Amino acid sequence: MPQASDLRSHDYDVVVIGAGGAGLRAAIEASAQNAKVALVCKSLLGKAHTVMAEGGAAAALGNVFPEDSWRVHFRDTMRGGKLHNNWRMAQIHAQEAPDRINELEAWGALFDRTPDGRINQRPFGGHTYSRLAHVGDRTGLEMIRVLQDKGVHSGIDVHMECTITRLFVAGGKIAGALAYFRENGRFVLFRTPAVILATGGIGKAWQITSNSWEYTGDGHALAYDAGAELIDMEFVQFHPTGMVWPPSVRGILVTEGVRGEGGVLKNSAGERFMFRYMPDMFKGDFAETEAEADAWVKGDRKKNRRPPELLTRDVVAKAITKEIAEGRGSPHGGVFLDIASKQSPDFIKKKLPSMYHQFKELAHVDITEDAMEIGPTTHYVMGGVKVDAETQESTVPGLYAAGEVGGGMHGANRLGGNSLSDLLVFGRRAGQNATSKRGAASAIPDAEVEQAMREALEPFERQGENPYAVQAALQAVMQRDAGIIRDKAGLENALSELAKLKVRARKVGITGSREYNPGWHTAIDLHSLIVVSEATARAALERTESRGGHTRSDYPESVDTQARELIVIKRDGDRMVVRREPQPPIPSDLMAIIKEGK
Amino acid sequence: MAEQRRLRLFRGTREGGELKEYEVAAGEGMVVLDAVHAIQAEQAPDLAVRWNCKAGKCGSCSAEINGKPRLMCMTRMSDYAPDETITVTPMKAFPVIKDLVTDVSWNYEVNKRIPAFQPRKPDAPDGTWRMYQYEVERPQEFRKCIECFLCQDVCHVLRTHEKHDQFMGPAMLVRAAVYEMHPLDQADRRDHLRHEGGIGFCNITKCCTEVCPESITITDNAIIPLKERVVDANYDPLAALWRKLTG
Repeated sequence: MPQASDLRSHDYDVVVIGAGGAGLRAAIEASAQNAKVALVCKSLLGKAHTVMAEGGAAAALGNVFPEDSWRVHFRDTMRGGKLHNNWRMAQIHAQEAPDRINELEAWGALFDRTPDGRINQRPFGGHTYSRLAHVGDRTGLEMIRVLQDKGVHSGIDVHMECTITRLFVAGGKIAGALAYFRENGRFVLFRTPAVILATGGIGKAWQITSNSWEYTGDGHALAYDAGAELIDMEFVQFHPTGMVWPPSVRGILVTEGVRGEGGVLKNSAGERFMFRYMPDMFKGDFAETEAEADAWVKGDRKKNRRPPELLTRDVVAKAITKEIAEGRGSPHGGVFLDIASKQSPDFIKKKLPSMYHQFKELAHVDITEDAMEIGPTTHYVMGGVKVDAETQESTVPGLYAAGEVGGGMHGANRLGGNSLSDLLVFGRRAGQNATSKRGAASAIPDAEVEQAMREALEPFERQGENPYAVQAALQAVMQRDAGIIRDKAGLENALSELAKLKVRARKVGITGSREYNPGWHTAIDLHSLIVVSEATARAALERTESRGGHTRSDYPESVDTQARELIVIKRDGDRMVVRREPQPPIPSDLMAIIKEGK
Repeated sequence: MAEQRRLRLFRGTREGGELKEYEVAAGEGMVVLDAVHAIQAEQAPDLAVRWNCKAGKCGSCSAEINGKPRLMCMTRMSDYAPDETITVTPMKAFPVIKDLVTDVSWNYEVNKRIPAFQPRKPDAPDGTWRMYQYEVERPQEFRKCIECFLCQDVCHVLRTHEKHDQFMGPAMLVRAAVYEMHPLDQADRRDHLRHEGGIGFCNITKCCTEVCPESITITDNAIIPLKERVVDANYDPLAALWRKLTG
């Protein structure tokens, strides 16, 4: 029987969970305020999802289009989010992103340059102007390496391959967290008055996903278990372009940068179908003929409008889904993404080196000669922990959330490029504000710690089902019933299947030792996967309209009265409760910005 | 379409272990990591393996496949003959934790000691700098490094001679090269590279360049120019003294 007294334990001012862009930026900031900071990450440092981000970080630097400003970036973000965003977060984000990008340069980032030596910016879906600071198609790698090096020289304690299983709340506020080290399976207790969740998303709950093993919604579930509220869980972004062939690479991301650099989408008839899918909200903002779109790609961007391939991700993903459903798909169930006929091989290799490499190595396709086959893949969750826009504090005092695990910033649909900037802006704010809790943490009762350890070890005691089988079954349910197109019957079915899976998850058994045992880790992660899957299905059932990343075939239209309504999820004992809550109205000056140009 | 393939995987810990044989159904386009995952999901749930992106971008799934340091996610099963048994073992230059997972923490310690980036004063009043594309391209090549540590694994100074306490290895030299060749950087790392980094141990066999999955020209573009800088720093003063003496 595990004893709390046998634990290794540490005291910190701030514990950051997750070491992607948001976690690193938060830790750096907290450390700059002289706090004693721990950075806890599930993988090795530098391997978080941020490393896979390709296209770039959106910030209204105005280096390519001087007429760009935070106002236009704010407008694009709100319209892209289908007006559901937390307007204050979208405003802070648009205003602070340029400083955060310039700061990375001061820390050693090597972004691609404009001819006059400034940070270059590329066009991307939903952004009026070329706005993404980038490094070829490996922007995330650059960002994480810069933050990693800044972090290790900032005196932060990094606990690698260490997974948090429980947050402790004492006296109504955060008191600490329990974790185990993958290497030896031993537990460690972090006592702290402030925890920053920076754990990323939930994409591992679906079969076809661009997300890795880590993305099991741990932060969402930890917050939920601790009594915090989740919002917007129905809004899941299915990225329009994932690889579809061969089967083993299905879901791997193909950067939106391909379309940003001129790539076009075609169906089996060779038609550029996106011209047929222009939503009313964006009419007039995009090219109406192929000639105009091509002229824009060739560089004449003042007189011509953007190609419709650069519509927001929700729109493009749904268009692709429809083309496939109506029988105009590619041989392996996708559509075609063609840049070979639009740009020279040298240009493609220079601007999209990792895409060139990825298709060549994994699919034996030379993208400088042939079209890629692509289809939607689960990519990002807009929903997350409900936070205060200014401080990133959740509804549990001392618990903060930044980056993908935080909710509100992106509304119903995130624009490409807004994630990397979100990580920096709100990571920094979370780090700054979390240090205000400095001081002794409340005592955690030994019995609670022992209970948490016991629960984590339970799978070793049982001769039960293989945890991988339960995980695969859950992914199949979510893919079928809570995917890109949803309806009442499917979502209700998902909920009843999830109830059965919850029972199965409690009975899984594992073999082997506690040392680096992925079967055990998978068994523990099942709890998080079930919480986020249930939250997504319940919220999706509650929202009786279609908006951004949430599409109901039985409620295909957007309903204006639901635009500013949040679906809030909270734990009540063992029960998940759902309620609607109106968001504060958008102030008139900001509303005027949103309506500009319309 | 699926055919049965045989794999031999190292199963064991620091204390030792053995190669264990598994059979797995291989579908079209399958990579070695997929096969390892299939074994993990169906036959050996406690099989330890690291992975994240499965697209050659994170550098987590490094191992030795038939003795060659490679990323499992970028190695296709079809690269091997159908009747060939594919043997996967952990990287040899680092201590085994379990199965295919090694303790690579040494690399993080070495990196921590590389003197940090120190930019020159900003060029513009708004606190920003001006750099040109041709200037950034050189260090950008080194920033492609995904920290898979395959170059460390193949380097004979580490792999065979185990000079981990005296030589930082090609990956960390690449890491230092990013800043040494950064247009804005003003720090001087030559002393660090020579003494603590042991750059002299590298005798330019270029094995590191050959295994790099990111095709970084490690030896020619990073290590040799760093060696030249170190040599200049250490021998220039003598040359200066000589000139002084001989007039």
